[in-house]
Amino acid sequence: MKFAVVVFPGSNCDHDAYHAVKHVLGQEAEFVWHKDTSLQGADVVVLPGGFAHGDYLRTGAVARFSPIMQTVTAFARSGGPVLGICNGFQVLLEAGLLPGAMLRNRSVKFQCEHVFVRVEHRDTPFTFECRPNQVLRIPIAHGEGNYYADPDVLDRLEANRQVVFRYVDANGAATESANPNGSARNIAGLCSEARNVVGLMPHPERACELALGSADGLVIFESVVKSVSQGAFATAR
Amino acid sequence: MRARVFVTLKPSVFDPQGTTVVEALHTLGFGAVQDVRQGKYFELDIDATTVDDTRRLATEAADKLLANPVIESYRIEVDALAKENGR
Repeated sequence: MKFAVVVFPGSNCDHDAYHAVKHVLGQEAEFVWHKDTSLQGADVVVLPGGFAHGDYLRTGAVARFSPIMQTVTAFARSGGPVLGICNGFQVLLEAGLLPGAMLRNRSVKFQCEHVFVRVEHRDTPFTFECRPNQVLRIPIAHGEGNYYADPDVLDRLEANRQVVFRYVDANGAATESANPNGSARNIAGLCSEARNVVGLMPHPERACELALGSADGLVIFESVVKSVSQGAFATAR
Repeated sequence: MRARVFVTLKPSVFDPQGTTVVEALHTLGFGAVQDVRQGKYFELDIDATTVDDTRRLATEAADKLLANPVIESYRIEVDALAKENGR
């Protein structure tokens, strides 16, 4: 199975994602430059974390116009699994592949720490192998992860079961104090209506080996390997 | 022609930066400042001959890139003086 890791100028978690996929999971991985228009036959696309185009204007606002994004959008619309991590999530929001927007963290600080997130729904390519309500300990590293959407959009996301990850405490409770950045309804990650596009602020690729303090993120990548190989979410393609 | 685009967060959107700034102003003794909303300001030099064309192009630019309609709104002013100066 082949992963494409998109590299924008300013991406800085591209190698982390590549390492997790290639060296930890033993899958094929290719870097794809943002000015390319081909995903090189990849089965899965990862938009990595970082500061694409310096985060100028707004996070992800310029990256969404990179040539590769037209191809990524077409891939997503055809049902292909796309994972946006941190800045990659912000790019997906700006590109309109996921709803809502990011505001500056409530603390007005760049926050770099391990947090707990609860897997809310397992019927996405990236949570397929999770246990029900599994709590993952994975790191965040962002200044603008304060998720915002209008209340009616939030209600629709809940009704459609698109809130895939929520910030929780160690016991799995979505409390106010477990919310690191002020995100609406403790939202840490979402999926598209078709469920194949997933974005999250925490970094599962930085938590794939115990040497890094947690291997809880590995299940995200194992999930997509299994779901793609089983054709579990291939109906729309 | 010059268009000035003012991008601000929608009233319903919490502005952590504006809140920090107003707190700093209070610390400095500006107790009369009741609220601060932080936004963005763009000056666009546009190759157009009429105010209407300038405004139309600036509006397109704001819709497509300068503002995110999920969280922001914008206001455009076209600088008529710049036109008289030949620009």
